[in-house]
Amino acid sequence: MTTRTDTAPLHLPIAAEPRNEGVPLDLDRVAGVRANTSAIERRASTLSGRRSVKNDYQAAWLCRAISCIDLTTLAGDDTVGRVARLCAKARQPVREDLLHALGMSGLTVGAVCVYHDMIAPAKAALEGSGIPVAAVSTGFPAGLSPFHLRVAEIEASVAEGADEIDIVISRRHVLNGDWQALYEEMRSFRAACGAAHVKAILATGELGSLRNVARASLVCMMAGADFIKTSTGKESVNATLPVTLVMLRAIRSYHAATGFRVGYKPAGGISKAKDALVYLAMIKEELGDRWLRPDLFRFGASSLLGDIERQLEHHVTGRYSAGWRHGVG
Amino acid sequence: MNDGTMTVKEIFESMEYGPAPESAAEAYAWLVDQGDRFGHFIGGDFTAPGEGFQARNPASGEVLATLTQATAQDVDDAVVAARKAQLRWEGLGGPGRARYLYALARLVQKNARLFAVLETLDNGKPIRESRDIDIPLVHRHFYNHAGLAQLMDAERPTMRAHGVCGQVIPWNFPLLMLAWKVAPALAAGNTVVLKPAEWTSLTALLFADMCKQAGLPDGVLNIVTGDGAVGEMVVGHTDIDKVAFTGSTAVGRRIRELTAGQGKALTLELGGKSPYIVFDDADLDSAIEGLVDAIWFNGGQVCCAGSRLLVQEGISEDFHARLRERMGKLRVGNPLDKCIDVGAMVDPVQVARVREMLDRSEAGERFSPAVEMPEEGAYFPPTLITGLAPSDGLMQDEIFGPVLVSTTFRTPDEAVTLANNTRYGLAASVWSENLSLALGVAPRLEAGVIWVNGANMFDAAAPFGGVRESGFGREGGWAGLDAYLRPAAKPKRLNPVAGFTGSGAVEGMDRTPKHYIGGKQARPDGGYSRVVYGKSGTPLGQVPVANRKDVRNAVEAARAAAGWARTNGHGRAQILYYMAENLSARSDDFARLLNAMTGRRGGAAEVEASVDRLFTWAAWADKFAGEAVNVPIRGMALALREPVGVIGAFCPDEAPLLGLVSVLGAAMAMGNRAVLVASEPFPMAAMEFVQVLETSDVPAGVANVLVGPVADLAPHMAGHADIEAVWSFASANLSEVIERESAANLKRTWGTNGHARDWYDPTDCRAFLEAATEVKTVWVPYGE
Repeated sequence: MTTRTDTAPLHLPIAAEPRNEGVPLDLDRVAGVRANTSAIERRASTLSGRRSVKNDYQAAWLCRAISCIDLTTLAGDDTVGRVARLCAKARQPVREDLLHALGMSGLTVGAVCVYHDMIAPAKAALEGSGIPVAAVSTGFPAGLSPFHLRVAEIEASVAEGADEIDIVISRRHVLNGDWQALYEEMRSFRAACGAAHVKAILATGELGSLRNVARASLVCMMAGADFIKTSTGKESVNATLPVTLVMLRAIRSYHAATGFRVGYKPAGGISKAKDALVYLAMIKEELGDRWLRPDLFRFGASSLLGDIERQLEHHVTGRYSAGWRHGVG
Repeated sequence: MNDGTMTVKEIFESMEYGPAPESAAEAYAWLVDQGDRFGHFIGGDFTAPGEGFQARNPASGEVLATLTQATAQDVDDAVVAARKAQLRWEGLGGPGRARYLYALARLVQKNARLFAVLETLDNGKPIRESRDIDIPLVHRHFYNHAGLAQLMDAERPTMRAHGVCGQVIPWNFPLLMLAWKVAPALAAGNTVVLKPAEWTSLTALLFADMCKQAGLPDGVLNIVTGDGAVGEMVVGHTDIDKVAFTGSTAVGRRIRELTAGQGKALTLELGGKSPYIVFDDADLDSAIEGLVDAIWFNGGQVCCAGSRLLVQEGISEDFHARLRERMGKLRVGNPLDKCIDVGAMVDPVQVARVREMLDRSEAGERFSPAVEMPEEGAYFPPTLITGLAPSDGLMQDEIFGPVLVSTTFRTPDEAVTLANNTRYGLAASVWSENLSLALGVAPRLEAGVIWVNGANMFDAAAPFGGVRESGFGREGGWAGLDAYLRPAAKPKRLNPVAGFTGSGAVEGMDRTPKHYIGGKQARPDGGYSRVVYGKSGTPLGQVPVANRKDVRNAVEAARAAAGWARTNGHGRAQILYYMAENLSARSDDFARLLNAMTGRRGGAAEVEASVDRLFTWAAWADKFAGEAVNVPIRGMALALREPVGVIGAFCPDEAPLLGLVSVLGAAMAMGNRAVLVASEPFPMAAMEFVQVLETSDVPAGVANVLVGPVADLAPHMAGHADIEAVWSFASANLSEVIERESAANLKRTWGTNGHARDWYDPTDCRAFLEAATEVKTVWVPYGE
């Protein structure tokens, strides 16, 4: 077991950043949102050719990526043992000899993300690590259970000790352009979260257009979301760079208008170290370095860590690595 | 592992990018293999290096190689080698040539990184651009033109190659401009003498090396290196059939003058000051990102750079603020670093030129972000100048560096006015999420390429080129290939025709000799007229004698008739049919007049052919609108055929009526306005034709007819800044004076160069349609 790193306090946003209180719903702003899909795709597809990090810089960036991972298990067959194993990996995401060689001992992931019933085992397993526990909620992933039950689920998870709640929005409100309903739903969820931070999962793969992604992002932020998150990981299309660009620009615009920094979490589909670097570069470019911290950025990923571990071993030893050389989560 | 100054832990905190250099080892190795000294590439081999100059890396000042300044003898050797190879090369046939173009495409692709690194070393552009844009476009161009070569025998059966092409290319896209020039020339069956820019010749020489590997027949491509003097020798060489140039407007003008009257085909792709229009309903973040690609791509050293920002007033403050913030993220530095947005300018001379240009003016507010700049090397900081007015020099003059100038507009009409308030007309960007607005504005912009919600998109299948002082001719697609073809039939000589002399009084009621200007009969400004005689010496009537002021008045009338360009093809056809009808009704009068005037008996046949010709142009009026071209984006690119504008034309003497009708009909059918100068020896038919115009609902100013001495009028017509094209079919060879004078505003010219045309050939349409239109390529990426 390792000691807390000095970056650990940053995991809890409230320590460093005034929390997004939300603002009244501004329908004119929502209506004024533009998103040119072709131009956004061009920017997204050329970014990896415009930004490159090599050698020690790459190793450092990959460590940064690890520090921002919400290590996740959201499976029907999750057990206490399975969650404990994942939490152990969260504390020691990379072999200690490699971290030592990199001068990065004490590095942990950003959080562990589980279903409600696994909150208590996760809290127990992470005791003393400073690693927060996030719970998916509100009838995840479809969000179609009765509204009062969705709110009650949040309250139960918070009572159980969850530090962060990942809620799912009602996609139908976006698809029907019912921004008032989306705003009110989000506000209710936010209120139910209390001190726990709330990540709004937009399920971007089901929203139909980048413009809808931008509008939903804006409405959720206006309603007080601490983070906006792309996907549940269960949609057929999850996090993509174009969607990310749209959401980052929405965050930038909201920050410019209100002064609140809202976090961003792409989830699902990011499994390669190389992809993680592009995401980090996009955040650095569009939002700035302040957002490259776990209090404002998370990767929702389960297999990404494995690839990063292999890349880091290659960096340290100069030899290509193999999966079985690293402890599974 | 890093520069040793930061630990992983420190970088983990700072999250800087750090250095990401591309290795230049292979490129240096190639230079060393060549002895770091280069001669020319002539007749399939490199010549021994001679007296010359140094190729330098502008990022560091380091000498990369020594190049040879070509002598007149070298140029002559190259032209001779090209001439010797030409017939056999053309004789291979399209499919035979396609194999070689395909091989060249493959070789560029297989050596892509070597080309990219060498380009960046020599030119200073970021490796990201040479690797991801320049070189991929080069092999795309050769692939596409392998296809054009394969298909041209079937698609262009009546055409053949010009012969030997002299091509001079600029330093901003060294290999890409080579590809744009060489691929169509070779595909069409020409052979080439190419002169790369003296600052950036290395990738051309590497390409020569590839030509050897591809087994390209000796002499098909020849490369001579050197400065502008060598360029002049190439374009001025008497055995060059076709000249193609990309570069500055000043040099383009010089080439137009130099080649005037030499009978060489010419295409010029010149400077620009392209507007970048942002409406308040645009995706502003994307428009700002687009600007990065518009003006900081290749450090703004791009002829079609979106260098003139026009932003709608209500959003301008917000837009400029966001733009300044975005500029702060640009990374300026070592172009071989994979994480650099703006590299070095091509040479310290260019840095000094841009600096001096900015120093000369104090207008506007200047902003350069506080980004790290290299201490040495030819760098200029990204710069934004806001608050300029169109009357400021910096809004009008091409800066050709990383400097964006900006002003505001209130309405779409004003945006169009400001956008077109320029000597240039290469490209334009329009940003709006309202497709009706964007697609409504695009046709009104005076530019050869329009990008809707985009910037600097290029493809081999999409014609590229300008209007106004941005030059003429297109590169890319079939339109680009056509610039390297000429009619296969050998032209007959055109002999000067003289009118008849005589004496005596004009029979019948006295008729006042007048021009036809702006829909009215107008007395000649000079107050002179003359008598026209028939073959037998009998006077047929009086005609006015036009001077330059009549030309001026006619051009003003034509300019004012701008509405004609916006009418639809169906409407124009109606008028042309009506003209045919009215001419037909008076066919006997015209036949008699033609016979009396020329002393021949073909009058009736000429009138009949003229009626038929008007039917032909009426038929074409709604059938030559352009085409969709297949470009690798999700979206469409339309190569639209737009009217050239105001065309001044000297009508032929061999067929005084049919020639006039052919010229006027083609111009009108495609939406142009015309200022016609009647046949000097046989002007009466044109005078009489005015009555047909008057009775056929031709809007005032669309067709104007002058009668006068063509040799006197030609320089005024060709030198007039408000005429877009001058055609000359007069039997007196006016080509030299017209081509020389046209250099002033780089108008399009089309002349006889002493060659006759068969006015009775009913199939001779294509050349007229092409001359009467200009291709405007509109890129419309779409999708939500």
